[in-house]
Order: sequence, then structure tokens, then C-alpha cells
Amino acid sequence: MSDVVIRAEGLGKKYIIGHETRRESYTALRDVIARGAQNILRKARDMVHGRPIIEGDELEEVWALRNVNFEVGRGEVVGIIGRNGAGKSTLLKTLSRITDPSEGRVSIKGRVASLLEVGTGFHPELTGRENIFLNGAILGMARTEIKRKFDEIVAFAEVAKFLDTPVKRYSSGMYVRLAFAVAAHLDPDILIIDEVLAVGDAQFQQKCLQKMEGVASQGRTILFVSHNLPSIQSLCTRAILLDHGKLTAVGAPHTIIQQYLGGGHFEAQRQWPASKRPKNAVAEIASIAIRDQQNAIASNPTTDQPVSIAIDYIVNQPDVALGLTVLLYNERHELVLSSINNHEPQWYGRSMSRGSYRTICTIPGHLLNDGGYSVSIILFGRNFADAHTVEECVGFTVIDGPGVRGDYFGEFKGAIRPLLDWKTEQL
Amino acid sequence: MKETTLIIEPGRAEAHYWRDLWHYRELFLILAWRDVAVRYKQTLIGVAWAVLRPFLTMVVFTVVFGKLARLPSDGQTPYALMVFAGMLPWYLFSSALGGAADSLIGSANLIGKVYFPRMIIPAATIVTALIDFLISLVILIAVMLWYRFAPGWQILLLPAFVVLAVLASLGPGLWITALNVKYRDFRYVIPFILQIGLYISPVGFSSGIVPEQWRLLYSLNPMVGIIDGFRWCILGGESPLYGPGFVLSLVVVIVFLWLGIRRFRNTEKTFADLI
Repeated sequence: MSDVVIRAEGLGKKYIIGHETRRESYTALRDVIARGAQNILRKARDMVHGRPIIEGDELEEVWALRNVNFEVGRGEVVGIIGRNGAGKSTLLKTLSRITDPSEGRVSIKGRVASLLEVGTGFHPELTGRENIFLNGAILGMARTEIKRKFDEIVAFAEVAKFLDTPVKRYSSGMYVRLAFAVAAHLDPDILIIDEVLAVGDAQFQQKCLQKMEGVASQGRTILFVSHNLPSIQSLCTRAILLDHGKLTAVGAPHTIIQQYLGGGHFEAQRQWPASKRPKNAVAEIASIAIRDQQNAIASNPTTDQPVSIAIDYIVNQPDVALGLTVLLYNERHELVLSSINNHEPQWYGRSMSRGSYRTICTIPGHLLNDGGYSVSIILFGRNFADAHTVEECVGFTVIDGPGVRGDYFGEFKGAIRPLLDWKTEQL
Repeated sequence: MKETTLIIEPGRAEAHYWRDLWHYRELFLILAWRDVAVRYKQTLIGVAWAVLRPFLTMVVFTVVFGKLARLPSDGQTPYALMVFAGMLPWYLFSSALGGAADSLIGSANLIGKVYFPRMIIPAATIVTALIDFLISLVILIAVMLWYRFAPGWQILLLPAFVVLAVLASLGPGLWITALNVKYRDFRYVIPFILQIGLYISPVGFSSGIVPEQWRLLYSLNPMVGIIDGFRWCILGGESPLYGPGFVLSLVVVIVFLWLGIRRFRNTEKTFADLI
């Protein structure tokens, strides 16, 4: 790797965000006036100095990227992975010169094209033909270059019949195909791509991946972000893992992906030796496991499939009643849900005799968002008394199932991601 | 093939900014073409607007200032023609300024996703204003034919004044569009300034009616020198150019342009974070 084309040293990007101060238990008018005056003063000062005005009483610095160092050699295909908010997009934006870094330095050798969105600048009123030229110019192609590749682009997008139709009349599939076709014919030394491979139907995606492979085999350098781990695995020569704005690992794609998926720090299965079992007065837990539909241990269930938490326990007293509660935390340690087995029809509230039991809690598919989860279990006796909590004993990382994203490839915000019923009708 | 090395550092002044701007000239042309195409794509109404607005304003101003207020025209020129010769640069200025001021906000998606020298965006919108101007120029020729008015040799200098009007709008336009990214309330200021500007600039009347001792002060408004220049070109000798005032207007235009470019360059790098 003597021929380094991208070198980032100590790269950092800081944003300043404002907060509203927590209000005191009682608020004096004097304080309110004083604070208001302070805010106005600060805003006036910011405006005079040409700084952005920030709402809120307290300012906080947030580092979207901090001290990121890496090198990319000529002809490498480097995948960038990380959870939502890890700084992937900020990194690409900094490398594409869209936003200025706050510290550090990057040197890039050669012509760079970045593709952070398909169809940037597409105008709905303009025809397909016109948009090819517009989008091409926006992505940095010369007019002569677009003219030369025009037929190829049209053939790739499969929209020849609709070239002179305004793109607002295109189906979303056609739109995406046309947009990607233009981008796919970019010819830079270094290509920076954000999360754009996961669009279009499966067949078109395949075509895009092939095109990418073609580009890579011509010795061009590619840097790309994707949630699509299989494509990172198959396309990349190396991968970079970002976590909370820091670069945590660089290496072969499969090892980095493993590290990324295992990043929840929790195993999907936990067994306790007889002497160390968590217990209350009447029962002890032997093992807890995350399982999929096929009853296999599942550390990476997909968003579209149900996932089960199987709790094996031993009742060591005759004639007892037992209950279980499952608590599910996400990686920000927010409690996503809790569930009690008091709707379980067979055994809940009934008298149990000595022996081994297995209780399974199934979380339906299309409920959890992607990301890491940890599970806590509460074992309790009759009338919710005699409770014992097993804190975060197992965990799993939910990944996108095939096709669940539809045509959207960005971050799904929110704690959960249920598939809701949508309906539109013309009135 | 020689490779260029690009260095990205915080606050690093773009060493080749102007060369970069030249390098991106095709993008400038295509964005300008997009604005024009989109504007005139929606049937003929777009063109009709460019014709109707100055024409009706000319009629109203001629009636109000010429007939009702009985203000004098420049020399022997028909009042309507004098008004129209003043309105041409004013509408060029006001639509260029208005377009440029809103341009960055209107292109937020581009700014967040692609790098290019941002100055291209406000500059490209000015082309639309120029096209409107060319259409109005056709009406001017019609009005001149109607009054059987032949221009003098001065008309040959008109392009220079067109460039001046564009530069006059570019300076404040760059400034305001940069401010607009941070403080969205500036977009409400523009229509207000343009509204007032229409009346404090010599559009509906001749700047000859301003008392001699105030004329230099009046020329602090850069549009005074530009409108006078247009009238001098179009109406020939009938509207003499007031030298010191014109120079002062020119200086004001240059100062605003410099301020505008400076402010724009200073804030350009933060646009993507704010927009």
C-alpha cells in the first residue's frame, strides 16, 4: 500500500447544539428576564460576527467525528460501517468537501466524485434527457463526456422510451434507475458513495453491484457506506468501523463485520453452572437463549422475522406459582419494551410442581428497529412478590431483512420499526 | 497523467477558488439553463409575465407621474419611453437580486450533497433575470417604434450598463443569500427593500427633477447612476449623464460587490451545516 490516495490525519468535526436549561422548581420573573436578555445579547453578538444563531440557553459541543486516522491505497474498495449516528455520513461529507472539518487534515490524490444521493438535483419538470445532462453536470461530468456516454446511460437505465417525458411522470423505479445510471457512468479516480446501492428492485440492485465490481476492477478507488453487509463483504477489500465518531477498527471486511455485529457485548445464549444460577426462593434460571423461527441460536435476527427469548428454569419447590418479565433495552440503554407472561395460557398462575420448564417469549417480526438489544429477565413469585432480576444477561443485534427497507435506504428513526398499515385514496 | 492533490483542512482558504469557479463553468451554464427552462416550461404564462409586468408598470407610472403629477420628462422624449428606459435596469436589478437572495435556500438539497463553488448558485439565477430583460428589450423596441424614436450612437454602450446592473445586484444578492442561510428572516426583507427602492430610484420620474445640491447624495443609491446610464444610452442626448453622480454610484456598486463576495466567501464553508 505504498501508493496512498486518501490520507486522513486527526480528522474531527464538531457541531454546536443548544439546549433549553432545565427550569428551576419555581421561576422568578427576574431570572426569566435576565436569561432572555442574555440570549438576545448572545444572538446579536453572533450575528455581528457572522456566526450561526443557536436556539437554547446552553450550548453543547458534539463531536460527530473525532481523531479519525486512516489511509486508503490506490485501487482499494473500502467499506465504512457503523451504527446510525456513528459519523459515517459526516466522514463522507468531509471527504467530499461539502462540509469543512473542525480539526485535522485530509489529503486526496486524484479526481474525486461523490455520490451521496441518487438523483441529486433532478428536476421533476425536466425530461429524462434533460435531467441526464443536469445530473451529470452536478456530479462533475463534462458535457462532452455525458454526450459520449449518453446512449450507454440510457441503455443501463432502460428508459429509452421515456426520454422526452418529464421525470415527474416516471415511476419511482424508473426514476431511481435513471438516477443511478448517470452516477454509474462517472469516471473518477476516487468514488465516494453513501448508502445508494440499496435502492431499486432486486434485479436492478444486482446490476448496480456488478457495475461497482466493474469499476473496482479497473483499479479505481472506492469508498462506500452501506447497511447492506453482504455487499460490503463481497465488494470490499477492507472495511472501517466507526463508533460514536471514532474509528474503532480497520481490517478485512469479514472480521470488521463480525466485530460490528458482536458490538452489543452480549452473547445470544447464556448458561449458568448449577452453583451460580440466578434464583429466587422457589426457582432458578438455568439458561436463556435468543432463538429464531428454526429454533437456532440467533445473534443477528432480521427485522422481518420473529425472535424468541427462551428461558429454561428449574422449579425446586412443589406447588409454586411463577411469573417472568422480559425487559428489552436498545443500545442507547432506553427501555424499548417490557412484557409479563401473565397472558400465557398454560401455566401462568397455576400451581407448578418440581422440574424443568421452558418459557418462550416471542417478539413478532416487523417490530424492532435495527440495532443492538440487551435483555433483562425478572423472575417473580405469587402476587409479584419475591422478584429477582437478571440484569442484561443476553443480547442480539437486529439487522435488516431482505427487502424490508422498501426503496428507503437511510436511517429509520425511532425506538421501534413496526410495519404500519398505510392507505391512500383519491378523494 | 498528472494528478492533483487536494488538501482538506479546517478554515483552509481555497487556494484556487477562482480557477475552480472557472472549472465549474459548465455547471453554472446548466444550472442557469435549468432555471430558465423550468421557468418557461410551464406554458406561455412565464413569457407573458416578463412582457406584462414592465408594460403595465410603464402605463401606470406614465399616468401617475407624467399625466397626474405632471412631472417633466427628459428633454423631448415621450414620458412613457423615459419610464420604460428606467424600468428596464430596475427590473433587471430587482429580479436578479430577488432570485439571487433566495437561491441558496432553494438549492438546499444540492448544497448538502455535492461540492462545487457555491457562488455558482446565485450567479446562475441572474441569467433568468437577464432573459427576462432581453424580452423586455423587445418591448422597448416596440415602444420606440410606436413613438418613432431613433436612438443615438450611445446605444452601443448599453451592454456595459447591463453588466453594471448585474454587478449591482450581485453584490447585495450574495450578501443577502449568505445571510439567508443563517437567518431566514432576511428573505422577508428583500421584497420590502425592492418595494421602497422602486420609489426612491428614478424609475417613474427623471433624476433631473432632484435639486442640484442633493444630486450627489442621491447618487449614493447605485441604481441612480445605472438608470441614468440606461436613459443616456437609450434616449441619446435627450438625457445627459451626471458625471460625479455616476462615478459615485459606480463606487458604491464596487464596494457592495466586494463586501458581498467577502461575506459569501467567509461563510460559504458552513452552508452545508446550516441549511
